[in-house]
Amino acid sequence: MNSREIFIAFWTIVVKEVRRFTRIWPQTLLPPAITMTLYFIIFGNLIGSRIGEMGGFDYMEYIVPGLIMMSVITNSYGNVVSSFYGTKFQRHVEELLVSPIPNWVILSGYVVGGVSRGLGVGLIVTLLSLFFTDLQVHHLFVTVGTVLLTSVVFSLGGFINAVYANSFDDISIVPTFVLTPLTYLGGVFYSIQLLPEFWQGVSMLNPILYMVNTFRYGILGVSDINIVFAFGMLLVFIVALFSYSLYLLQNGKGIRA
Amino acid sequence: MTAALSIRNLRKTYDNGFEALKGISLEVQQGDFFALLGPNGAGKSTTLGIVSSLVNKSAGEVEVFGHSLDSDKAKAKTCLGVVPQEFNFNQFEKVIDIVITQAGYYGIPRSLARERAEFYLKKLGLWDKRDQVSRMLSGGMKRRLMIARALVHEPQVLILDEPTAGVDIELRRSMWSFLREINAAGTTIILTTHYLEEAESLCRNIAIIDHGRIIQNTSVRELLQQLNTETFILDIDPPQGAVPSLNGYPAKLDDDHTLVVEVEKNQGLSRLFQELAEQRIEVRSMRNKANRLEELFVSLVDKNLATEATR
Ligand SMILES: Nc1ncnc2c1ncn2[C@@H]1O[C@H](COP(=O)(O)OP(=O)(O)OP(=O)(O)O)[C@@H](O)[C@H]1O
Ligand SMILES: [Mg+2]
Repeated sequence: MNSREIFIAFWTIVVKEVRRFTRIWPQTLLPPAITMTLYFIIFGNLIGSRIGEMGGFDYMEYIVPGLIMMSVITNSYGNVVSSFYGTKFQRHVEELLVSPIPNWVILSGYVVGGVSRGLGVGLIVTLLSLFFTDLQVHHLFVTVGTVLLTSVVFSLGGFINAVYANSFDDISIVPTFVLTPLTYLGGVFYSIQLLPEFWQGVSMLNPILYMVNTFRYGILGVSDINIVFAFGMLLVFIVALFSYSLYLLQNGKGIRA
Repeated sequence: MTAALSIRNLRKTYDNGFEALKGISLEVQQGDFFALLGPNGAGKSTTLGIVSSLVNKSAGEVEVFGHSLDSDKAKAKTCLGVVPQEFNFNQFEKVIDIVITQAGYYGIPRSLARERAEFYLKKLGLWDKRDQVSRMLSGGMKRRLMIARALVHEPQVLILDEPTAGVDIELRRSMWSFLREINAAGTTIILTTHYLEEAESLCRNIAIIDHGRIIQNTSVRELLQQLNTETFILDIDPPQGAVPSLNGYPAKLDDDHTLVVEVEKNQGLSRLFQELAEQRIEVRSMRNKANRLEELFVSLVDKNLATEATR
């Protein structure tokens, strides 16, 4: 395939992916909008007014970046894992396997699909948050960069999960037992400064902490961690996960007998 | 001339240790109409699956129009259109979108893809259903949708795994004439089928595969020539209590008015009728037992079963 054909094939996958999650918007776009609005109301408004300040900011201001990131993470991951698993389950992955599309293009197509939903939901949640607080972006580049790279990382993660999954249960295990706890413990709701030293150290092992804090730094200008390190970590994750996904595709793991 | 499809020593052992293909070699020439026959579980779908990159091979080589599946995969894939045995499209997608999306996977620009989708969906009688979700199609329509999808990039070789399974007689005939038409226009066609009548009427060459081995690979004409006996079923009157003795024709009674007679090719039928007339037995009607190819097929597979047993 020449580069024009490759682009057409890539774009075909992206369009198909975006069409999928917009077609089923009550399952994909509406739930995070509702959940996050509830978070804003309950944690931000009702409880937040009692909490007072966190890291030098209103509690509402403090949790908004964390909640945006949380939606981006869940939705990027969720989109690719359910879409690619569905593709396997209904066997239309075979449409891709018989065609001459290079594996990296297939992977990129699905990742861009996941990123589109991640960022789409992120945007929806951001707009909703404007009803509750004023958002002022401190470092545009850091903000956009983090959210984008994080979304890529979790789209890739969702892809790998889908490759290994053999049942619909398998696609909810990681989000329920790994992603959700790590996100809640990743400084979405609190600054790790509040924790005893030991738990601060443990928290520093949680990659999601870096993503949430870098994003919060982009918006508020405060962070518990080193920003440069966080970007480096995101890039390393992307390279590692992309290579591993490609390796799985090349071997036909889970998709070819 | 390069073969449209060339398979050499193809082997496949599935993950569970089952050896589905035990070294298959096969050539299909350009422009051929080729049938791959064999009983359930013989390895037909496995062979076609490997050719269409849906199944990983364990050993051997496959070339499509001279492009190796190992070293020149993209080119080989572009030459192939695949209609698998089982439905494998998105059940929630619209008919036309399925076809257009597939074209996109081959790098075909959207405007051209639309044109082609319209052309093939019309050809296959699905244009009225283009905006329906594919799940709502009948079984026969789903099969035709997969054919349209396989042709949208205009491949040189079309592979069909049991294309007429679950398709009614009328539709089957129209599908046959459609396949003949695209074959006449130059597309090489390879299909598997359990309807031997289909292979006999459509195909020029066939291979019979059983237990993962090719047990016969020849032209349909030559194969039929191998067949030297034919079985006829006669509806006779009056009813007979015992098998009438028919000099030189082995016969048996299915019931008192149904006589089954084996006739060798060089024997002819006139003497049989003569013998019956002499015994005052009237033949009210007569038909062939099953399809001729079917008999041959059964005898070949039976013979192979005996050899397998001694391995
Ligand atoms: N994924 C798999 N894992 C293990 N064994 C398999 C797998 N797929 C097929 N087989 C076995 O390989 C053999 C060949 O199967 P294949 O599907 O190629 O047969 P076939 O000739 O297409 O039969 P049919 O006419 O029923 O479609 C069968 O014994 C089948 O059980
Ligand atoms: Mg089969």
